[in-house]
Amino acid sequence: MSVGSPLPHDAAKLHVTGQARYIDDIPLPAGALHLAFGLSTVAHGEITAMDLSAVRAAPGVVRVYTAEDFGDHVPDCSPSLGDEPLLTSTEVQFIGQPIFLVVATSHQAARKAAKLGKIDYKDLPALLDYDSAMEADSRFEDGPRIYGCGDAATAIAEAPHKIEGSIEIGGQEHFYLEGQAAAAVPQEGGDMLVHSSTQHPSEIQHKVAHALHVPMHAVRVETRRMGGGFGGKESQGNWLAIACAIAARDTGKPCKMRYDRDDDMVITGKRHDFRISYTCGFDDEGRILGIDFLQITRGGWSMDLTLPVADRAMLHADNAYFLPHARIESHRLKMNTQSNTAYRGFGGPQGVLGIERVVDHIAHELGKDPIEVRKLNYYDEMVTPTAGDGVPEDHVLSLEGEPTSEGSVEHVDAHPQHAGGQVTPRGKLTPYGQEVEDFILHGMTEELLKTSDYAARKKSIEKWNSENPIIKKGLGVSPVKFGISFTLTHLNQAGALVHIYNDGSIHLNHGGTEMGQGLFQKVAQVAATEFGVSLDKIKITATDTAKVPNTSATAASSGTDLNGMAVKNACDRIRTRLEVFILDRFGESDVSWAKGKVHFGVHEMAFDELISLAYMNRVSLSATGFYKTPKIEWDRIAGKGRPFFYFAHGIAITEVALDTLTGENRILRADILHDAGASLNPAIDKGQIEGGYVQGAGWLTTEELVWDDKGVLKTHAPSTYKIPACSDAPDVFNVDLWDGRNREETIYRSKAVGEPPFMLGISAFLALSDACAACGPAYPALNAPATPEECLKAIARAKA
Amino acid sequence: MEITFRLNGALVTASEAPTRTLLDYLRDTRGLTGTKEGCNEGDCGACTVMVEDESGKKPLNACILFLPQLHGKSVTTVEGLSKGDTLHPVQSAMIEEHGSQCGFCTPGIVMSLATAHARGETDHEDILAGNLCRCTGYAPILRAAKKAETAPIPEELEHIPFPAPAIVERPENADELAAIYALRPDATLIAGATDVGLWVTKQMRDLDEVIFLNGVEDLRGISETDEAFEIRAMTPIADLIALFKPYSPSLSEMYRRFASTQVRAAATLGGNIANGSPIGDSPPPLIAANASLTLRKGEERRTIALEDFFIAYGKQDRGVSEFVESITVPKSGLTDLKVYKLSKRFDQDISAVCGAFNITISDGKIAAARIAFGGMAGTPARAKTVEAALISQPWSMDTIEAALPGFAEDYTPMSDMRASAAYRLTAAQNMLKRYFAESQGLTTSVLNVKEGA
Repeated sequence: MSVGSPLPHDAAKLHVTGQARYIDDIPLPAGALHLAFGLSTVAHGEITAMDLSAVRAAPGVVRVYTAEDFGDHVPDCSPSLGDEPLLTSTEVQFIGQPIFLVVATSHQAARKAAKLGKIDYKDLPALLDYDSAMEADSRFEDGPRIYGCGDAATAIAEAPHKIEGSIEIGGQEHFYLEGQAAAAVPQEGGDMLVHSSTQHPSEIQHKVAHALHVPMHAVRVETRRMGGGFGGKESQGNWLAIACAIAARDTGKPCKMRYDRDDDMVITGKRHDFRISYTCGFDDEGRILGIDFLQITRGGWSMDLTLPVADRAMLHADNAYFLPHARIESHRLKMNTQSNTAYRGFGGPQGVLGIERVVDHIAHELGKDPIEVRKLNYYDEMVTPTAGDGVPEDHVLSLEGEPTSEGSVEHVDAHPQHAGGQVTPRGKLTPYGQEVEDFILHGMTEELLKTSDYAARKKSIEKWNSENPIIKKGLGVSPVKFGISFTLTHLNQAGALVHIYNDGSIHLNHGGTEMGQGLFQKVAQVAATEFGVSLDKIKITATDTAKVPNTSATAASSGTDLNGMAVKNACDRIRTRLEVFILDRFGESDVSWAKGKVHFGVHEMAFDELISLAYMNRVSLSATGFYKTPKIEWDRIAGKGRPFFYFAHGIAITEVALDTLTGENRILRADILHDAGASLNPAIDKGQIEGGYVQGAGWLTTEELVWDDKGVLKTHAPSTYKIPACSDAPDVFNVDLWDGRNREETIYRSKAVGEPPFMLGISAFLALSDACAACGPAYPALNAPATPEECLKAIARAKA
Repeated sequence: MEITFRLNGALVTASEAPTRTLLDYLRDTRGLTGTKEGCNEGDCGACTVMVEDESGKKPLNACILFLPQLHGKSVTTVEGLSKGDTLHPVQSAMIEEHGSQCGFCTPGIVMSLATAHARGETDHEDILAGNLCRCTGYAPILRAAKKAETAPIPEELEHIPFPAPAIVERPENADELAAIYALRPDATLIAGATDVGLWVTKQMRDLDEVIFLNGVEDLRGISETDEAFEIRAMTPIADLIALFKPYSPSLSEMYRRFASTQVRAAATLGGNIANGSPIGDSPPPLIAANASLTLRKGEERRTIALEDFFIAYGKQDRGVSEFVESITVPKSGLTDLKVYKLSKRFDQDISAVCGAFNITISDGKIAAARIAFGGMAGTPARAKTVEAALISQPWSMDTIEAALPGFAEDYTPMSDMRASAAYRLTAAQNMLKRYFAESQGLTTSVLNVKEGA
């Protein structure tokens, strides 16, 4: 049956046969035009002269726009502050900023013409590093945000031990395989249809309507799928959609824009890079008594989503650890580089890496195995719920069972308080005042240490390192506890639209977007289970602002939680109508739905037959659904409240080998245990975990963004920016799902799985640090990304 | 230019500009949008297609493949792989093993795997080194590749030769090439187009005059004598992996890591040398091996030491209308040769430093030393000070230590996005230490280490 089954991605067959359509594959009406931006070449300057005559004269060019064409109403592309003009004619704020827009008869003609602009600038001082931006007090808020609890300074001062340190954490290019793309097709009466590769169709609709000076009802945005998003298509698609819509309105022709890969990397924002400094006081065993973090991050030239990203980094400065006294100070700097944006984890990974670094440093200081220090500092384990413990009943069965909508909850005591139960309780209150009620990492850690043969391998690695002077090995363990919900509370809502046609086939639509994560399939499995039908009865349809309005971005790992619930709500409403119909017609109230059949009393009826009958009897077979996440409330200025509905957990152990002569390194093995609650689709969830781990490990190893001293991004193509290749995946890669259920009432008790596994890649970084530490007595203080060059530096520090 | 090739079984004749890429032709002219553009520079593999001629099947990047390179060949795209509802075994395995997520890299992955499947190749990590996937972490793709290994090869995928009329810009032997190039000295010579392709797709350059070399059969292939290999310029890099394996495993290994399967199938040894890049991986080891280069202009030929070809950054010893005909590698130069390619990522990455050491030890002393590096100067260059410090000295760590300062005299590397100058210098020195450690039987490569004990 559907929910809980390891079904393939809904589009898998279309993917492997090349039939799956992305924006650039959609056939457009004849006469379609193509767009390209002309880009700035200085990091900060004033435009003093612009000669676009060669651009206008280039073959195939139909029209060229500059900011002047819009007078006082230059369309804005920002998702937040309104500080991203589509084109600029005055101040240039980074290299890659759009200055003019070419409309031409082909993609190549547009690109070629866009290179012909002659623009003179008066250079202004550019802020390209943290220190100069801090000195210039160049930031997006009046001052730093500060969250915390207790009295960190006193706790640190009075602690038996104290460490101080700092870690540089590089950014990350999304490198979605399908670059940014949009197409706009003019409709009658000034309406506009926009196809966009976006995680946020409603935002595209809103921004396009604003740019065209029309109400939102005049703009329809459709997104069937993206070729990868990872956060990079939450706000960055606005530019292309707005440009296409304006050109389509003005020319009356369909207009398409897709960034060439190099343009994409030069124009769009990336994961925020951070510098995290720390002072930590701890006891003889390694218990953290007080901690002070300074988080500095590069927002880039515009605000975009920097504030909530930096907030989330602060909210994950604890990761899995109880911090009795904590102070977290966060600076969000405005600088003359690309505007950093959402990227899988949304600041969380940077915050988590900060505290994992501290725990690793404490262990080194005390000469202890870091895993022991981790366990000592963990939050208290969840008390296993028992009947009557306040866990509400729902419609879920365990994975093994045949799920039916009328199933009852089985309170499976799958994870008793961690084996042995020797850990002294520490606490469950986060620095931001939320109780961690669902912590399960004690049990997960013991399980993974066992299945990964940790203790024996640690010994054999010590032996290897004593015998091998050049190649050192290292082991790293990293847990993750990731908060699930948008921290902007109003975003935690979703809508759905479900139709049943009178032949019994079902049309499914909701506000979530498909970027490869398998959302559509998981939600379809929910609908199939609700009606007790097979998946082939259900047509998954493109996200469409005309079907479900006012959607939130598919982000924050929330896609399935929100849209699955909204779809369930819609299905429930239709099913209720059908059950009322059955009661009226047959006098039966005990109805069950399974295997394409509907059972009531002694009757059994094919689903199609019931639907046909209901239609003939004028029962409405279409419903909208809605869901809003309960329990959450959050004050982001005070840094207090319950920002998260629940937490998702995972733990990874990675073994690496490091060449101490060159710094070259490899991941030899990774073992992962991850908490997806009661998984809706174990195969899809496993895919998120494997992919998230490798992407996370890539962030911290080979993926290095390099700007020169003028602010030119030198790593603007896959020839220079190195995401993991096939052989970079671990040789031995064991991934298991923790067999558990969400204690909160989520869709079938599953848990969000998009972002949390990304942070498991931190274990690879910690393993490299461990291997560096095998080279000398000092703490290697490895920075990220741990390129071969950076590893060699850390080895030198260890030897010092 | 009229180009005739077979596309998914049907003969097509395309009248297109000579620098029209196959990818643009497929997507824009033919409406075959299954082949994707991911990077437009041959680094991501989303545009991989299967190309077949008399020499067999190859996976190639369609984004940097000009149509004239396909003249007389068969092209299979993802649309031509399955027959109706009957999927190719790698397609079925990809579905069953959950090998696609966003699906955008998938057609390219499928074409790489299908080509390897037809060739009976199972070293999947090498096969896929040129196919980037951002979603899956590759694990399910590798499971799919493994699963499909034993499935029979679908019969349809066979190249049937057909006549393709001669094209002026595509000579069919070296004499013709010499004659045409003499008449068109400004023409750009295009062999594999793995570099020239980017002039068009990234720099948006118009190439007014071009000569395509891939029809020049007598410029392809390797001759062997007791003393040397003569490798003709158009020999693809892919062929060098097996050639050098018995003589210098580390040189073979360098070529295994050279770019990707797709690029190695297109790129030629002559091209890798003639473009004069200071970071090309062929020149350092071949200079260390004391290789020589034969250049031809018209009917005239001259042979020079390979190291003398590289005069300065961007300047080579190649005259007007002169082309590289062959590279001669003495076998004696391979016996003691060790090559170390250093890059941020092991596979498909341009070297930050490529070091080649040809050191002969006799009776505990260093009898001869030729050391050459890429990435350390404006050209591939010898480390002559280091060599001098080694020659005649005992083979010991003391000798190595004493020779190390010589690197700073031989090279003044620069800092760029691949590495800093300081790191390049340290890494070059440490490569000499590695060479020594290897000779002492120590484990010196992370690529040879497994998990556990």
